[in-house]
Amino acid sequence: MKRRDFIKSTAVFVSGAAVSTSALVMLDPQEVLAENPELRWGFLVDTLKCVGCGMCVKACKLENDIPYDANVTRTWVERYVMTRDGEVFKDCPKGARDGYTSKLIDENASGMKLVSDKDITQAFFVPKLCNHCELPACVQVCPVGATYGTKDGVVLIDRTWCIGCGYCIMACPYGVRFFHPVVHTADKCTLCYHRISNGGNTACAQACPFGARKLANLRDHKDPVTKIIMTQRVGVLRPEYGTKPQCYYIGLNEEVR
Amino acid sequence: MKKHVWRPLYVVIGLVAGILIFRMFYVPADFGVQDRGYTFGFHRLSNEQEWKNFPAKYKSSDYCAGCHEDNSASIAKSDHGIIPCEDCHGPALNHPEDPEKLTINRSRDLCLRCHSKLFMPSSQRNDLRGIDPKTHNSGIECAECHNPHNPSLENM
Amino acid sequence: MVHGEVWTIKDLFVLPNEYIYWAIQIVLYPYMTGLVAGAFVLSSLYHVFAVEKLKEIARFALVFSFALLPVAMMPLLLHLQQPLRGINVMMTPHFTSAISAFGIVFMTYGCIVASEIWFVYRKFIVQSIHRLGNKQRKGVEGLLLMIYKVISLGAMDLSPEALEADHKATKVLAGIGIPVACFLHGYAGFIFGSVKANALWMTPLMPVIFIMSAIVSGIALCIVCYALFMWLRRWALARGKNYFLPDQLAGTMNLSVEEMHEMHDYETTLTAKYLRIFMILAITLELLDIIFRGYTAVKSWDIVREVIYERDFVKIFVFQYGIGNALPFVMLLLPGLTTRRACLASVLVLFGVFMMRWNVVIGGQSFSLTFDGFMDYVMPIIPHNLETFKEGLGGALLVAATPFVIFYFLNMIFPAFYNDDEAH
Repeated sequence: MKRRDFIKSTAVFVSGAAVSTSALVMLDPQEVLAENPELRWGFLVDTLKCVGCGMCVKACKLENDIPYDANVTRTWVERYVMTRDGEVFKDCPKGARDGYTSKLIDENASGMKLVSDKDITQAFFVPKLCNHCELPACVQVCPVGATYGTKDGVVLIDRTWCIGCGYCIMACPYGVRFFHPVVHTADKCTLCYHRISNGGNTACAQACPFGARKLANLRDHKDPVTKIIMTQRVGVLRPEYGTKPQCYYIGLNEEVR
Repeated sequence: MKKHVWRPLYVVIGLVAGILIFRMFYVPADFGVQDRGYTFGFHRLSNEQEWKNFPAKYKSSDYCAGCHEDNSASIAKSDHGIIPCEDCHGPALNHPEDPEKLTINRSRDLCLRCHSKLFMPSSQRNDLRGIDPKTHNSGIECAECHNPHNPSLENM
Repeated sequence: MVHGEVWTIKDLFVLPNEYIYWAIQIVLYPYMTGLVAGAFVLSSLYHVFAVEKLKEIARFALVFSFALLPVAMMPLLLHLQQPLRGINVMMTPHFTSAISAFGIVFMTYGCIVASEIWFVYRKFIVQSIHRLGNKQRKGVEGLLLMIYKVISLGAMDLSPEALEADHKATKVLAGIGIPVACFLHGYAGFIFGSVKANALWMTPLMPVIFIMSAIVSGIALCIVCYALFMWLRRWALARGKNYFLPDQLAGTMNLSVEEMHEMHDYETTLTAKYLRIFMILAITLELLDIIFRGYTAVKSWDIVREVIYERDFVKIFVFQYGIGNALPFVMLLLPGLTTRRACLASVLVLFGVFMMRWNVVIGGQSFSLTFDGFMDYVMPIIPHNLETFKEGLGGALLVAATPFVIFYFLNMIFPAFYNDDEAH
């Protein structure tokens, strides 16, 4: 697609958001992408870099119109605290929308738990989002074809066609799906499809000050993020389910599921 | 066998035909098997474009630098240079037209997201300068003493 | 408030989007389809396997299974977040999903049952048209005549050859109906058994377990309802009150109280024998599942064990296996079985199967995908909006009551206790 055509089609489809989209066109990797039909979006999370500020969660909620106070979220950050006697504490209050500012670990009905600093052997944060699996279990089980994979590897939901049966929510091994409290259909991370398709970055990756989240084109071997995925030791979450997740992690360990 | 036994079958055939005719009008024309095959790519094609047209709210620091050149250049040199403008200033939306002015988040809670001291030995969080929010000037906004755009303690 | 948040209590580490998304309506869905399938299998015992002694209850089971049919769909519709789009399942079925088959299997099954009823009652329909057409009609009778004229589909031939054809067709349909009924329900088990993300659900035994418990619950329900309606009819007959089950409109009341009593006991106790056989199969399979899980003890066993043996112990071992299986089984085994005891045992069996559905559906969601936390379902009793009504006690009672309402009206058209003396 030529740039002129792109702007033209943008004008046709988005009259209201024309200003914003043309702003993104200025930085345009779109042409590069258009010349390379071999496009497969992927994601890299560097858990070593994450500090648990939760700015990604906040940005995601605002960017994607997920009601800010609703207790569901397209992306979240988990905290892991391991102690000398082998115990593992995990929490994720409000999906870490407000970051981690307290040492208290939120164990829901079991209350708040304080782990003393001197007992801690390991502690870290793990951001999570949809893995945009190569073989998504959620898509396989949708009875009406309301959720699907795009050619460039993103899993999306058709809000006008979803019947709200919840089968995809049950089928996802990663718990990334939920019912949108306003639209009343299944909802999940779109990998900011509106941003990345127009040459931008995902809202969460852009909001992260530490570079813990990165978008990649897995087919482009010159892509610096793809290079990291190819050359460094990365893992994926719960590979045993055979979904072939395309969100790669640096610094995973056994306790992260 | 008597012919009347087929009558229920005719009713069923009529019913199926009715459903199929209704289906022709009900299902959008672009609904079908797309690039990823029947298992993963069965959907209404125009929905992809609908998602592409979803309005963006965050515009990136480069967008800010387009007008606020000076600020952006000086802040980029400070320790907070890695923080995207919109993390504190809020999503740009269609600023400067709509809204004309962004609502800046100056709250103590915002700073504590990184600077509340937590013991996280296998995380970069440990490398950040942190305070205990209960003892460190509690009740005062951080921005009263610290300059968020140049947080270096020498310049306080 | 997010869907599921009202009735979910989280404990320890649970992912932010995890809630009990499938609540009471999804417990009722396999329960109701199970009743449909079970009732149909019972009716087929007579038609296909020629268990002559079950003739009376078989006919009742057939009509009752038709009354239950729309109710099997109801919980699904009530549970959908977009109920108006439920039709999409038929319009753009995505067959890699177990649910997509629902529309088609359900329709097929509905057509089979309806056709079978048509063949069984065709003679009666034609006779009714003649009877009602000849006499002075009042009130409902005019409407009934019209309905009969429509559903007769114009087939008025009552020659012996025609009736023989009806009989053959019934047999064929009942024969096809059994696998379809099993499929309708077995695939409800498949819906759960194929969810690979859920450690408790994922087992290939699930469809078979579901079919067996379905037949058990269907037979039990037929015993209870048959006995109940017979008792009601006896009571009404003795007092000349026919409005409870107004099959007198159809002109079928030609039994004496004593005759009815005898028939009643005979049918219920005999059916109870079949109930026992299927109960053994169902319990064996369920125990096999638990033993196998414990023996292989894969990664998820830690959390599944905690759910089965600790958090849900009372629900599983006391309610489901104790009160719902062992106790009624002993009651049915003891010699000198009376209708009353068979009924009581059947009620317990119905409760036991309901608890089994509950423990599978709710139990399967009561632990986090990460195996590090738990969720508890607190059923909304007093509804404060549509959602808490649908997914709470109100919705459950609505679903449970509907088949009886449907049966009440259906019984006016197809009298389930209609007794024709020719061997069919």
